[in-house]
Amino acid sequence: MDETLRTDLRTRVEELLAEHDPATTGPLEFLRARFDAGLAWVHFPGGLGGLGLPRRHQPFVAELLAAAGAPDRDRRRLTIGLGMAAPTILAYGTEEQQRRFLRPLWTGEEVWCQLFSEPGAGSDLAAVATRASRDGDTWVVNGQKVWTSVAHKARWGMLLARTDPAVPKHAGLTYFLCDMTAPGVEVRPLRQLTGEAEFDEVFLSDVRIPDAHRVGAAGEGWRVAHATLMNERIALGDLAPPRESGMIGVVAGTWRDRPDLRTPGLHAKLLWLWAEAEAARLTGLRLHQKLESDHPGPEGSAVKLALARLAQQLSGLELELLGADGLRYADWTMTQPDLVELTGGDAGYRYLRAKGNSIEGGTSEILRNIIAERVLGLPREPRADSGVAGQEPAR
Amino acid sequence: MNSRAQGADLDLLYSDVEDALRESVRALLSSRCTAQQVTTVYDGGGPGGRLWRSLAVDLELAGLLVPEEHGGAGASAREAAVVLEELGRFVAPVPFLTSSVISVSAALAAGDGTVTARLASGEWTGALAVPLTTGPASFTPAVRVDADGTLRGRVAVVAGAIEADVLLVPAATAAGTELHLVMADDPGIRITPVVSLDMTRQVADLELSGAASRRLLDSSTGETAVRGALRLGAALLASEQVGVADSCLQLTVDYLRQRRQFGRVVAGFQAVKHRLADLWAQVESARAVARYAAAAAGDPDLPVAASLAQAYCSEVAVLAAEECVQLHGGIGMTWEYPAHLYLKRAKADQLALGNAAAHLTHLAELVNLPSG
Ligand SMILES: Cc1cc2nc3c(=O)[nH]c(=O)nc-3n(C[C@H](O)[C@H](O)[C@H](O)COP(=O)(O)OP(=O)(O)OC[C@H]3O[C@@H](n4cnc5c(N)ncnc54)[C@H](O)[C@@H]3O)c2cc1C
Repeated sequence: MDETLRTDLRTRVEELLAEHDPATTGPLEFLRARFDAGLAWVHFPGGLGGLGLPRRHQPFVAELLAAAGAPDRDRRRLTIGLGMAAPTILAYGTEEQQRRFLRPLWTGEEVWCQLFSEPGAGSDLAAVATRASRDGDTWVVNGQKVWTSVAHKARWGMLLARTDPAVPKHAGLTYFLCDMTAPGVEVRPLRQLTGEAEFDEVFLSDVRIPDAHRVGAAGEGWRVAHATLMNERIALGDLAPPRESGMIGVVAGTWRDRPDLRTPGLHAKLLWLWAEAEAARLTGLRLHQKLESDHPGPEGSAVKLALARLAQQLSGLELELLGADGLRYADWTMTQPDLVELTGGDAGYRYLRAKGNSIEGGTSEILRNIIAERVLGLPREPRADSGVAGQEPAR
Repeated sequence: MNSRAQGADLDLLYSDVEDALRESVRALLSSRCTAQQVTTVYDGGGPGGRLWRSLAVDLELAGLLVPEEHGGAGASAREAAVVLEELGRFVAPVPFLTSSVISVSAALAAGDGTVTARLASGEWTGALAVPLTTGPASFTPAVRVDADGTLRGRVAVVAGAIEADVLLVPAATAAGTELHLVMADDPGIRITPVVSLDMTRQVADLELSGAASRRLLDSSTGETAVRGALRLGAALLASEQVGVADSCLQLTVDYLRQRRQFGRVVAGFQAVKHRLADLWAQVESARAVARYAAAAAGDPDLPVAASLAQAYCSEVAVLAAEECVQLHGGIGMTWEYPAHLYLKRAKADQLALGNAAAHLTHLAELVNLPSG
């Protein structure tokens, strides 16, 4: 990194710290000030929490602030907002939307959820049947969403709805920002195999959304949703995760802590997975270096694919390693968690939860199709629905 | 070199008698052990005791492996294996494996007519007091016989103990391992249920502190009997795993046949078809391996057959359950859909009676492929 830039960032951080001493400033107040100083995400534009710098400078700022003991958000509560809503609003939102939504999103005052999937539209997302009909300055929305992670905590939802049933299905979609507290939004817990209800069903009945909360043009929803999905697939990791981040770190920790459990067979398996995890980490790093300010492309799919498989194999191996303790489970009671915990809980929880990694945010099969078709340029699968009008989305 | 083609002289197919037995077990389970009923086990409910009585007493499965002169059906391990396939298919929360296979095997080795007769009639349900993870090659007793003749020690994660009326407890003495009978309501034993990864085979921690017991086997034969019971258990658990795997495959095929995305039936995508074809081939291989392990119960090749069965079938069952969740998409992750029942059973079964790595290490000795 060039020295002048580094000095400039250091000065900005020092000024922020001088004006808002973390020791005496409330965390929220500090975070808002950090956002306003352009030190939230330096690759965002000035005025929106950033400085218009390349992405790679962010870790330097984060390090300085952490070293000074500055408060930070619990990022795990904000994965969906930070990873998906923010880049989408930045790319396609109006200036007014950017000003209204990005700051509380970043500070953690407002949690987001993703209202995409429906019972009949999962992999085939363009088949969404939730209807939004225009009524003057507002849209009236009716339909059902499903598997909506932490909808019960969300203030806002990224909503994909059908606004024109008469045109081919990809062309009839529009993207909205849905107020989860609006009348007609009903969130029902949906229990997951872990015992928890981490995701929900969301029923939308005559929900009125102001046209000002439409993102992109009417009919442009597929393109906007695509940006969200591409970001989802790379948002899963930090920008620069250290070695042994994620599931490999957890399982390596168990291995180090429990010499009594070690066997040669499991050792060989663990070492190979360690090598694969490191390969995936470096692949992710390369991807982020290439990204800089550009929008993520289909290559991100490969990293998500690898990380999902590794999380599953590693958490499965951990149970084998634990043996007798692997047969225990913390608690089956149904609760509604505040956040999505991918590596938390006990080993049994991790094993079960990791199964979702290859389904959420696009299944591994769909990601392979994306790599095959969009990276390698292979012919598409024959499909029965292209050009079919959307009023009866294929189910 | 081997001149004998292991397995060639054994029948690896299902006999008419076995098919009839399967039908009667399946008929009962279809009405009394639905996925919905099984799921309630995780919230403290479930078909539990009454279902077990019907299977054990009405269908006389408790005494399946007990010779007729001791009040049993005098069937072979092959029939028990078919029962286990069905129990796996329905993820039935009943102690057939732990009581009617493993405990019966140990009791038969002890030659104690009273114990076997009571286990056979279903009057008693038994459990061998070893951790469920213990394989035939890795057994060492955690309980010892005290100077006053009572039993003392802790045994973690014992399967079947919650349902048990009697516990068969391997107990160490200076001379070796003895086998003791302890009544489950003895004041000297505490049985603490464990919140288990697989609640359909819930385990419990045992603590024996001065438990009164009757010795069934002395130190000259105790260990052999325990290992023999665990080996038979490992050999037959493979059939349960085949039942689990087969059920997962079937569930997935049925679901994807009707699930439509992109205007097509999802099962029609070639990538999906290939996955299912691979899985089918693996389930069929697991079936062959499990059938061999069941047929080899009285054969000198049983140690190889049992370790092969656990190394292979445990992995196939886990694979099938994982594919089942994955290929269902979001619905496979939900509580209300039964895929998770299979996943939890398959994963717990993989750890049970010796994991694949332990069985492969044992196989390495048996088939002379030393490590270094
Ligand atoms: C833990 C979890 C959290 C989630 N959170 C959210 C959320 O917050 N918001 C949201 O909108 N959604 C969420 N989802 C939903 C998720 O995006 C969908 O489940 C996913 O896109 C798959 O859709 P589906 O469940 O309908 O499966 P289907 O599309 O029915 O797929 C079933 C199976 O067929 C395979 N398949 C489908 N098409 C093809 C093909 N062409 N070629 C090969 N294989 C194919 C799939 O890969 C899958 O294995 C979540 C899901 C999970 C499990």
